[in-house]
Amino acid sequence: MEKDIRKGNAFTNNPVVKAIGTQKIVVVLVLIALFGFFCVMSPSFRQYSTIVSILDYSYYISFMAIGVTFCLITGGVDLSIGTGMVCCGLVGGYLINVKGLPVMVGILGAIVIGLLFGLMNGILVAALNLPPFIATLGTMMVARGFGSIATGGLSQTWPAAASENGWFRSIFKIDMGDMMIPIGFLWVILLVLVMSLVLNKTKIGRYIIAIGSNKEATRLSGVNVVKYQMSAYIISGLFTGLAGIAYAATFQAVAPGTGAGLELDAIGGAIIGGTSMNGGMGSIAGSLLGVFIMSMLKTGLPYIGLQANWQQIITCIVLILAVFIDVQKNRKME
Amino acid sequence: MGEVILTMKGIDKSFPGVHALDHVDLEVKKGEVHALMGENGAGKSTLMKVLTGIYKKDAGTITYEGADVEFNNPRDAQAAGVVIVHQELNMLGHLSVAQNIFIGREIKKGGLIDDGAMNAEAAKLFEKLNININPREKMSRLTVGKQQMCEIAKAISHEAKVIVFDEPTAALTETEIEELFKIIRDLRSKELGIIYISHRMDEINVITDRVTVMRDGGYVGTLITKDSIKDDIINMMVGRVIYEDPKTQSMVPADAPVVLKVENLSAGKMVKDVSFELKKGEILGFSGLMGAGRTETARALFGADKKESGDIYINGAKVEIHNPMDAVQHGIGYLSEDRKRFGIITEKTVAENSTLACLEEYMSGVFINRAKENKVAAEYVEQLKTKTPGVDQLVVNLSGGNQQKVVIAKWLIKDCEILIFDEPTRGIDVGAKSEIYHLMSELAAEGKSIIMISSEMTEILRMSDRVIVMCEGRKTGEIEIAEATQEKIMHAATMRN
Repeated sequence: MEKDIRKGNAFTNNPVVKAIGTQKIVVVLVLIALFGFFCVMSPSFRQYSTIVSILDYSYYISFMAIGVTFCLITGGVDLSIGTGMVCCGLVGGYLINVKGLPVMVGILGAIVIGLLFGLMNGILVAALNLPPFIATLGTMMVARGFGSIATGGLSQTWPAAASENGWFRSIFKIDMGDMMIPIGFLWVILLVLVMSLVLNKTKIGRYIIAIGSNKEATRLSGVNVVKYQMSAYIISGLFTGLAGIAYAATFQAVAPGTGAGLELDAIGGAIIGGTSMNGGMGSIAGSLLGVFIMSMLKTGLPYIGLQANWQQIITCIVLILAVFIDVQKNRKME
Repeated sequence: MGEVILTMKGIDKSFPGVHALDHVDLEVKKGEVHALMGENGAGKSTLMKVLTGIYKKDAGTITYEGADVEFNNPRDAQAAGVVIVHQELNMLGHLSVAQNIFIGREIKKGGLIDDGAMNAEAAKLFEKLNININPREKMSRLTVGKQQMCEIAKAISHEAKVIVFDEPTAALTETEIEELFKIIRDLRSKELGIIYISHRMDEINVITDRVTVMRDGGYVGTLITKDSIKDDIINMMVGRVIYEDPKTQSMVPADAPVVLKVENLSAGKMVKDVSFELKKGEILGFSGLMGAGRTETARALFGADKKESGDIYINGAKVEIHNPMDAVQHGIGYLSEDRKRFGIITEKTVAENSTLACLEEYMSGVFINRAKENKVAAEYVEQLKTKTPGVDQLVVNLSGGNQQKVVIAKWLIKDCEILIFDEPTRGIDVGAKSEIYHLMSELAAEGKSIIMISSEMTEILRMSDRVIVMCEGRKTGEIEIAEATQEKIMHAATMRN
């Protein structure tokens, strides 16, 4: 009988709200409020180029966030996505610059490296039963080291927009002189849709959620939990590779030894978007919205005179607030 | 029985959408063991939560030691002498017994914790209660029964005047129950008021003085235990008569084929050289004391734990079962004694839980076919009479008996021919229990073969066609139901080396 306390209020019981999810709606409202706030506070923020800039910064984080959401839903985490992403960008750039291979090979190379990291995490966590935190922390360091070794410690520059192979940059942004079309946003939306389907409508997704909710009960139902837990990490690896490409397209150069800490932007975005650190619950669209909050803050705060250090503090406050709301919500449910 | 120590009168409590307590009365006297009975969801726990201040009451009065009280939280209640011994023990396994008992109010000397003094205090406490436990022992090394004794000792150490026992015997062996009852009688003689919540009818007669029955959040009545008969109390609880007669004759035809044969199964310390056969349509009871190795045998057979040796034959053919996947492929389904941990995914829906074991049959291409999934889940909700508002209901919102039915549905949808029911009615109320029994009998009649592990003697004698008894990991008896008696089973269950 006590269980009926979780009936909620008029807002949370609204069918539309229920279908989309309370947290996502709150995140969208916060996003709009933040955007409005920055627009009011800073005239220079109210420009098309700012929006493009927010989007630019969001692509690689979005990709990482899509992938890591799967790991979070299994009740694990993937800390290797930040340095892994940079490593993928480095190896891809190395294949193009140093080996003189076509850009397409560089792209494929980045994806393969990402998949390998994912496979490594998957084996360590699912097959060998290492705690995800430790296993992916190890991979994080391996990725950083491997990026430097593979490139001989040199930064890698992917072809510039004006160069012969410049088409690569237009995967994410078509530059028409005075008008920039952030086409990368379309890819992000498309991948969010596809991966939402994978999560909610396919066997892999259903079992990944089941493992995160109750791994032992899932195993005792005759489900191959090793395989499905591993696949979550491989998905994360695949998106690490894609993030590497987006990262290389967004920045002038990819530098060895960097990338540590970027995974937290993605994980933070996923948490803000309503994915539970305890596993069993999460949404890809939510993660994307969370990432936009992170990028909005990153881009917007400098416009009101708050530089990097303040961004960190404010981003952290937002993250803690999001987790706090999540904890409160769960407590109410008990 | 002495004077009244606690009176709850007209207690009313509503949650959004549900009237959880409808003017409930309860009166406890000094030196009385007062049973509080009712099916799951009858409002027993809610009433106790109102008593100890976890919930605020909407109406009614609580009179304790002659004065109206309203506790704000369990700590207030504890300070006043009203303590609950919980069903699920809240013990810190890595700490010692004494450290657990004095948690939150450690005895200190010069700012540091004085373990010596706490050990001495705990020892005194145990002596007072005639309990034989070493205060220095690590909590996790004690049996569940001993842990419960510690919980009781902890309650006593708070100078408790009213103690609430919430289903204290659910996880205890017969001997441990005896010991517990000795302690409860002892507390009664010390003029404490004791509220005893239990599902087990046979205990009520043994240990309690009066019974208050609740149903659907309402107060049904209070009886003097020795003047009332079992069926009356059950009637008050469920509003209908339930008969629990033991089975006298096996329902399995003599020529029924053997569907499962286990030979010399050994696994870990708890399963030693176990062999048995299961016939088609048979309910094979596994009896024994707690820790006899029955669950471990089932888990090894099912591939949930590693086995060292042993052969398994299904329908005469030898099979290799290394993990639950293999077992499920061979048509074995396992219903765990611990539903919440091993049986269901509480935060997922009835439909999702129902198809967990055979999702591949509910796909259209790469996508899950929700319509087909919901349809089969709904079919089994109807067939098993699962009480749920719909198949999209989260399983956590169902009662224990209905959760159990969801697990059964999962294995029936997978079309398992061999079902292992491990303590199928643990924590399930009387009405739902009888439904589960009927269901098992029906399944057996349809030709499903069932292994039923149970610690309740009445359950074993009522359901089994044949009984296997285990003790310390070995099979110590195999008895046809026609010859089975409590004495024979107990004898085999205590055949230690």
